[in-house]
Amino acid sequence: MEDKIIIRVGAKTLIPFIMVFALYVQFHGDYGPGGGFQAGVIFAAGFILYGLIFGVDMAKKVLPLSVAWLFGSAGVLIFAGVGVVTLLLGGDFLDYSVLAHDPEHGQHWGILLVELGVLTTVFGVMISIFYSFAGRRGLGT
Amino acid sequence: MLVLTALALLKLNNLFAVAMLAGIYSLLSAALFTVMDAVDVAFTEAAVGAGISTVLMLGCIALVGQTSKQPPKPAFLPLFVVFVTGGMLVYGTLDIPPYGDPDNPVHHHVADYYLEDSSHDIGIPNVVTSVLASYRGYDTMGETTVIFAAMVGVLLLLVQSPRRRGSYKDSSLKSSYHNSSDNHSMHSTSEDDSYPGDN
Amino acid sequence: MNLLGLVNYWAFIILMMIGLYILLSRGNLIKKMVGLSVFQTAVFIMYISMGKVQGGTAPILMNGDVAYSNPLPHVLILTAIVVGVATTAVGLSLIVRIHEAYGTIEEDEIQIEDFGT
Repeated sequence: MEDKIIIRVGAKTLIPFIMVFALYVQFHGDYGPGGGFQAGVIFAAGFILYGLIFGVDMAKKVLPLSVAWLFGSAGVLIFAGVGVVTLLLGGDFLDYSVLAHDPEHGQHWGILLVELGVLTTVFGVMISIFYSFAGRRGLGT
Repeated sequence: MLVLTALALLKLNNLFAVAMLAGIYSLLSAALFTVMDAVDVAFTEAAVGAGISTVLMLGCIALVGQTSKQPPKPAFLPLFVVFVTGGMLVYGTLDIPPYGDPDNPVHHHVADYYLEDSSHDIGIPNVVTSVLASYRGYDTMGETTVIFAAMVGVLLLLVQSPRRRGSYKDSSLKSSYHNSSDNHSMHSTSEDDSYPGDN
Repeated sequence: MNLLGLVNYWAFIILMMIGLYILLSRGNLIKKMVGLSVFQTAVFIMYISMGKVQGGTAPILMNGDVAYSNPLPHVLILTAIVVGVATTAVGLSLIVRIHEAYGTIEEDEIQIEDFGT
């Protein structure tokens, strides 16, 4: 697919917008539909589009498989880490009210961090699953 | 519409068309979710079901080939099992309270609490997010761990280079297998570099 | 008894039956996975339809006296969809490995390879 100029230019134009939209979904999840799961999938979809158009080898130069693997693990760590921090601050596991002076602000912080963890995991998982399927014989190259 | 798409999925034997129709089916069900007020779910279904899983299906089909065999005879035993199951479920629905009634018991278990108290407990307008991340944080952590485990599983199954497993008993299979693996030997070496500790 | 209120549940039962039939009767492993996801979506639709309140709106809090649909099924299904795609990915990767080992993804041919009948 590398020689199709319309697809290449179209994809290059679209990918930044897809990624910005993913961030919007992530941080607007408190006020409208959205959240870590959706944002992670959309972010990964932008990347997968890149991989489909320019080949998996090019995508692996941008984000190697081991980094995607690291992302997938780091998200779970962030999620559980928030739980451990709330334990250390004297609350229950995953009780975000102790994260700030005001329980409501604490909840805000907690939800933000937890959604970040979900985003990271979903992104890493989707990317590494795509790599392992496509890298098997080089889909799209 | 959904039922028609599902029936078409049953009939088709070209796997490429099956994958595409599965995406359309997901998109239609996302529209149905929107009608039933579940905007978050519809969003997820549209992104995941119609986007990622179609790509994964296509990736898998690219590896295993495109056509499926026509089943030799209509299978009556599965049909019988399916109709018995369906009949039992229809019998079970006779006790279920009607669709959309605000007095249904399901709406008065914990949902009242979530809807009334989350605005001053947590203070964000989207109740789905606050339930997901705060009230049911354990649940979501479990789900995150599940998809992490799925990633580990897929990597264990697929990241190894295909060339090393040549020791299957059946010789005819083995030869065809070797021919196909030669085509992507270039690829497997690049994967070996990134995973030196593998295998 | 108001039978009209139950039509919604019967629709999802029909979808579920189709999914189950694909799963049981088709020998191709990829079609089996598709049948599984049809089945899965039918269950999602059941849950979401239980959460619907007549005249309600999406559970995003607004000013004024508004009826909201039940947010709990939405949360459960939201996570279930993502877990569903993860299980689909594991299933598909198993199919790829089966294809590499046996050269086919038809169930009866795999059985012939295994038992020689």
